[in-house]
Amino acid sequence: MNRPADNDAPEGAPKNVQEQRLLETWRTPRGWRYWSAVNNTEVGLWYTVTSGCFFLFAGVLALLMRVQLATPGAEFLSADRYNQIFTMHGSVMMFLFAVPIFEAISILLLPQMMGARDLPFPRLSAYGYYSFLIGGVFVCGSLLFDAAPKGGWFMYPPMTTDYQPGIGADIWLLGLSFIEIASIAAAVELIVGVLKCRPPGMRINLIPLYGWYILVVAGMILFAFPPLIAGDILLEMERAFDWPFFDPSRGGDPLLWQHLFWIFGHPEVYIVFLPSVALMAMIVPTFARTPIVGYGWVVLAAVGTGFLSFGLWVHHMFTTGLPAVTLGVFSAASQAVAIPTGIQLFCFLATLLAGRVVGSVPLLFIFASLATFVFGGLTGVMVAVAPFDLQAHDTYFVVGHLHYVLVGGTIFPLIGGTYYYYPLVTAKQLSARLGKIAFWLLLVGFNITFLPMHWTGLLGMPRRVYTYPAGMGFETLNLISTVGAFVLASGFLVVLWDIVRPKGKEPYAPRNPWDAGTLEWLAEMPLKPWGIRSVPIIKSRDPLWDQKDLVHDIDEGRFYLPDAEEGLRETLVTSVIDARPEQCLRVPGPTFLPMISAAFTGGVFIFGTYHWWTPALLSGAGAVATILIWLWTGTARVPEKEAKNVGLGLELPIYISGPSSVGWWAMFITMLGDATAFISLVFGYFFYWTIHDDFPPETSAGPGVVWPVVGGVLMLLAYGMTIAAWRLNRADRSGAFYFTLATAALLTVGGAAALFAAPWSTGLDPTRHSYDAIVWLLVGWTVLHAMVGVLMQLYCLARRSAGHMTARHDADITNVTLYWHFLALTVALTVGVIAGFPLLS
Amino acid sequence: MDATPPNAVPNAKESDESLLAIFVSPAVWAAHFMACYITAAVWCEKFSGDSLSLAPVRVAFGVYTLLAVALIGVNGWFGYRRIRRTPGDHAYGADRAEDRHRFLGYVTTLLAGLSLVATLFVAAVALFVETCH
Repeated sequence: MNRPADNDAPEGAPKNVQEQRLLETWRTPRGWRYWSAVNNTEVGLWYTVTSGCFFLFAGVLALLMRVQLATPGAEFLSADRYNQIFTMHGSVMMFLFAVPIFEAISILLLPQMMGARDLPFPRLSAYGYYSFLIGGVFVCGSLLFDAAPKGGWFMYPPMTTDYQPGIGADIWLLGLSFIEIASIAAAVELIVGVLKCRPPGMRINLIPLYGWYILVVAGMILFAFPPLIAGDILLEMERAFDWPFFDPSRGGDPLLWQHLFWIFGHPEVYIVFLPSVALMAMIVPTFARTPIVGYGWVVLAAVGTGFLSFGLWVHHMFTTGLPAVTLGVFSAASQAVAIPTGIQLFCFLATLLAGRVVGSVPLLFIFASLATFVFGGLTGVMVAVAPFDLQAHDTYFVVGHLHYVLVGGTIFPLIGGTYYYYPLVTAKQLSARLGKIAFWLLLVGFNITFLPMHWTGLLGMPRRVYTYPAGMGFETLNLISTVGAFVLASGFLVVLWDIVRPKGKEPYAPRNPWDAGTLEWLAEMPLKPWGIRSVPIIKSRDPLWDQKDLVHDIDEGRFYLPDAEEGLRETLVTSVIDARPEQCLRVPGPTFLPMISAAFTGGVFIFGTYHWWTPALLSGAGAVATILIWLWTGTARVPEKEAKNVGLGLELPIYISGPSSVGWWAMFITMLGDATAFISLVFGYFFYWTIHDDFPPETSAGPGVVWPVVGGVLMLLAYGMTIAAWRLNRADRSGAFYFTLATAALLTVGGAAALFAAPWSTGLDPTRHSYDAIVWLLVGWTVLHAMVGVLMQLYCLARRSAGHMTARHDADITNVTLYWHFLALTVALTVGVIAGFPLLS
Repeated sequence: MDATPPNAVPNAKESDESLLAIFVSPAVWAAHFMACYITAAVWCEKFSGDSLSLAPVRVAFGVYTLLAVALIGVNGWFGYRRIRRTPGDHAYGADRAEDRHRFLGYVTTLLAGLSLVATLFVAAVALFVETCH
């Protein structure tokens, strides 16, 4: 095992011209321009701090609840205020802390672990961050105006339709939808980051386990969040425009919401849990002083959990009266997921047993996590048994269970991770003494708070009640929980103090302070803005332990991209399986465009909440315009030369298009998420068919056949011509390209108009029946996507005429064609469902 | 450890590998799961009538399960063959094409095993539940 050599140069001073240029290129902007930074180190830090603030906010809400519940019949909070607070506690913890903190930490650390200078789409990260910030402040702010949502973090209708006239539920639906988009943006960034931005030589069997987990979790976000976005659309359409998706008197059904919510909601639990397991997978080998035991088994566990977690959602709906066979199917999957979950924990234990364990604060939190999570996992297996769940459902037993899983599985590893990775962010170390004090306060406080809840629940105390009468046996247990909550909070205060206390006089942390083997610990102390001095060739899973002289050679600039001759920010793009260098990717530098686009996008959602349609539309136009400027000025730019020497005699292209390029992958991944949202809407259509004896109802004329088919044919023609235009561009047949693509755009507009005419001409009224509403919604979704398709076609026409797209430099039209593959599928399915299915049934 | 030429094993070229192969068995589990769930839900809601009999659904579960087990078996067998036929020790942690090849085979096999167990868990429901209620 090699300890990295200390850097001989004076702190922070560049050693040569190469270093000087690299420093200048990657320098963080100063003054007010600091906020234009898009580099992962800044955006990741803001993301982490912001989600940490939301965590503290939600934690204070929890304390308020515990004060209210400390004694029976208390009047500290009114019932209405309590409802707002418990709703916000759950919503903020899940949407504004648990998911964003994973994105934050990954944006911050993943490039370091991959020896990359940055992630491939820095502006997308910044856009996601500002969306998160704006949406989060909007949602949290509602509590100050007594206007917060109060339907629980799952927002079940009819509670959130018929019984909540205020704007609370709208704030939840629109504010959090906005944040869900930010999560999908982060997922795109992280998937492409893991697959395409690894250092040369880091084959798929050598990537740090964190990378595997991020790949799985980001993939889960892509398939889990879109059903919720689809549900949000349905619920908001019902609230804003009276489209009766969940109103049984007009053919709707509240259970549809529960399905869509929990198709998201259960994978969500693993979306927040797996990144913390990923932190464990990085921390455990370091302190066991040995590589992880069972790398392949941990990969199995990550991928297996990712898949199985999608088969559990109905276990949140065991008491809704579904057939026993359905309960059985979901109960079976709920039991099966315990297998991969257990495997990874056994691998960690085996690693600790195989190595020579060195005690540390991060490891203490890992132990706390293992014990707590296993306890929560076992009560999880209990509630996965349907008959037991019928008894425990909606009681404090479930509150106890979920907090053991979430705090044990997610929060404790995160605190351990904070102590572990703090030097990589500030170049200083946290106090081991304060860490140990915090550990005991948190572990003891947590168990005093949540262990009694299992008994409170078994005694019959329901969840989400603002108070309870005396004499039912709840008093002592609740009082103990409240005392524990304050002990727990004091532990968090100690951690907070350790993080924010001034450390100016403390020395910098030594380089690689924990003697870890993974690449991120190359970071120099004090930290340098370039991420890594030169991008190395990796030959091991623990390169700092196994590769002799690696650190020295990297510091001397002996690997790839040691310089920035053109003063442009560059990183390497490599192949998916073997990380073979494929491209020298130029990534953008500081810009305010993501912030402005996020503000405009936020306007659409925030003005929409208040039904201020004109400002909302103007904001939408502003967002489209800003994003177009961002694309036009910063993506797929024709470089000044075709290829560049990146070092070690390797010549790499600067511009590539198609499946090797990061842009193509981003489009593909985004469209997978988009297609999932669309499929969720189609699921809604067939859900109604399942529950109704007559669907489509006899009373509805339906959209007919002619107009949908005309619309479908025109759009499929446009699809064919878009592909033809892509080929013509490649063949450099300029005139034919313009003609074909312009015709395709016209055909798309015509097709969209014909599709719109279908429900309009037969007089379908979306407020009359859920059938009419779902047909209109499918048509609306397709027409909206067609309009985006037209915008893309026009964009490509403009790009070619301005000389930014050529026969050789065709990333724009290649990615647009990829979008159109998905659009064609959407069109075919929409027409098939709305026009074809009524003919069959 | 760098002495081995990168293409010492047939089919260990990067262009012959696919990351998607490891996801096949879990995807088959997912398809089997959804098929069972949808068949049961639609049958019980729309077609079971007053008898609430689950007999056709149980047969469907059996057919789906046979199909799924066969597909998972094939995928797992391909994975296992990669481990067995790749020369050298059974490790998969070195910087060699055959290690990467073996690793992908290893993960494919493990995921096939997990998917098999999870599929049989779901199929077992048909053995125990006799009616829609």
